[in-house]
Amino acid sequence: MDEILEILEKDARTTPEDIARMLKKKPQNIKEAIKKYEKEGVIVKYKTVINKELIKDTDSEVRALIEVNITPQKDVGFDKVAERIYSFPEVSSCYLISGTYDLLLILEGRDLHTVSRFVAEKLAPMENVKGTVTHFLLKKYKEDGVILKHKEENKRIAISY
Amino acid sequence: MKNIVSQKVQDIRPSGIRAFFDLVLGMKDVISLGVGEPDFVTPWQIREAGIYSLEEGFTSYTSNKGLYKLRLSISRYLKNRYGLDYCPEEEILITVGVSEGFDLSLRAIINPQDKILIPAPSYVSYGPLTELAGGIPVYIDTKNEGFKLTPRILEKHIDKKAKAIILNYPTNTTGVSYTKKELEGISEVILKHKLLCISDEIYGDLTYDFEHTPFATLSGAKENTVYLNGFSKSYAMTGWRVGFACGPKEIISAMTKIHQYTIMCVSITSQMAACEALQTGRKSVEEMKREYKRRREFICQGLNKLGLECIKPNGAFYVFTSIKNTGLDCLDFAQRLLKEQKVAVVPGTAFGGQYKDYVRISYTSSLDNLKESLVRIEKFLNEAQTYGT
Repeated sequence: MDEILEILEKDARTTPEDIARMLKKKPQNIKEAIKKYEKEGVIVKYKTVINKELIKDTDSEVRALIEVNITPQKDVGFDKVAERIYSFPEVSSCYLISGTYDLLLILEGRDLHTVSRFVAEKLAPMENVKGTVTHFLLKKYKEDGVILKHKEENKRIAISY
Repeated sequence: MKNIVSQKVQDIRPSGIRAFFDLVLGMKDVISLGVGEPDFVTPWQIREAGIYSLEEGFTSYTSNKGLYKLRLSISRYLKNRYGLDYCPEEEILITVGVSEGFDLSLRAIINPQDKILIPAPSYVSYGPLTELAGGIPVYIDTKNEGFKLTPRILEKHIDKKAKAIILNYPTNTTGVSYTKKELEGISEVILKHKLLCISDEIYGDLTYDFEHTPFATLSGAKENTVYLNGFSKSYAMTGWRVGFACGPKEIISAMTKIHQYTIMCVSITSQMAACEALQTGRKSVEEMKREYKRRREFICQGLNKLGLECIKPNGAFYVFTSIKNTGLDCLDFAQRLLKEQKVAVVPGTAFGGQYKDYVRISYTSSLDNLKESLVRIEKFLNEAQTYGT
């Protein structure tokens, strides 16, 4: 993977100027490379990882993993059904997987009730959906490579040879 | 209790910057660019291997030379990576970091008054350990050669009592390293004078501009080389204290003799973790290396922009920066920078009395910290200029 992507994946706020300094290139070239990645869809978007468990004053949010069994359709296989499902804004992730079921969804909702209602009223009744299993998430420890707890303090002594 | 301390130890010069170190340790919220170790923690799978070994009850001594499994892995690694052949039974010894390996090599070879050549500036322990072993350190100042030892200045320092030379590349203090061609020039002189080369290559894996060449791989050099390396820097395992020494059977066996009476063996937990490091740690090493390389570009350009000249390091994670422009002595510079802007660096005199125009800056700190420290250094320089020095 290009080092520009490696740097941005770690910290999307790194400026083209800083990246240029680190990679010994011209800022203009970095800007162009990033533009190109954005245009090609390699860089999809920039977002912030928020540990919502630490925000006490907002509405709590529940997440659920949902296994979905579906009947593939002629010519388009699973893709068309998947599209109908992932287009719902409640679905935050959607994967086609091997094994005993076909789609794995991650659902986000205001509360348990909202999520259950979505499954019961929107997902399960769909023509090609054969069955669903819902797992509510209890605690988030790590997400997308990021461990969600307070940063550990530096344990090194401040000066050494 | 008068004169209870031996003359030899009394004669070792106390480090002139101890007081400065104490000052740093006593201060809070300092951005430290004075740390000689990685800011990464040991990769998890390596830590986990240590924990697992404890759960399994591996709490005993190992053989004096170290776990055979580890020596075998090291032997295979060196063969695969550099084409170096070291027999795990007789030519490899597991040591408590390179520090012990270094001490053992000196004690194994020095007769009273033997001279040991040390290119300077150098890591702080080379001189004192030479003295403790009864030898005489001969420092070779490389300042005027771009901090690189050259065959010419090496030749100038060799006399009949010269027994060995200590190489350390990439170098702790300047980060300077040598290409294969440069090493061949040095090796020619070393071999001509039949010196032993004690080669501390702990930063070898962190070489950024060209391939690292172990001294022992040079034509005819292996028989005259003690190759020292370890896990501390490249695998971020400083606190585990595992290193290794490779060399001719005769020397390794002499070193083992001392090691068995003083150390017995390296902690088994650490040795088990080191086995894991060799098996699965390469990817982490490469990742950390890329990160250091990027920081190097960042900090060097930043310092140069501030008018603090430095020779661009080829490896390790240090920059030895000239502060001559500021008109300040390195200890003043470091003390004031610490007090006024809360940035810690190591004064150059820690690495030799003649380096009072230099400070050592480590880039083992996050990019955000490096950025912030450059801002603070700039502020410091501006104020130092305004108020006169």
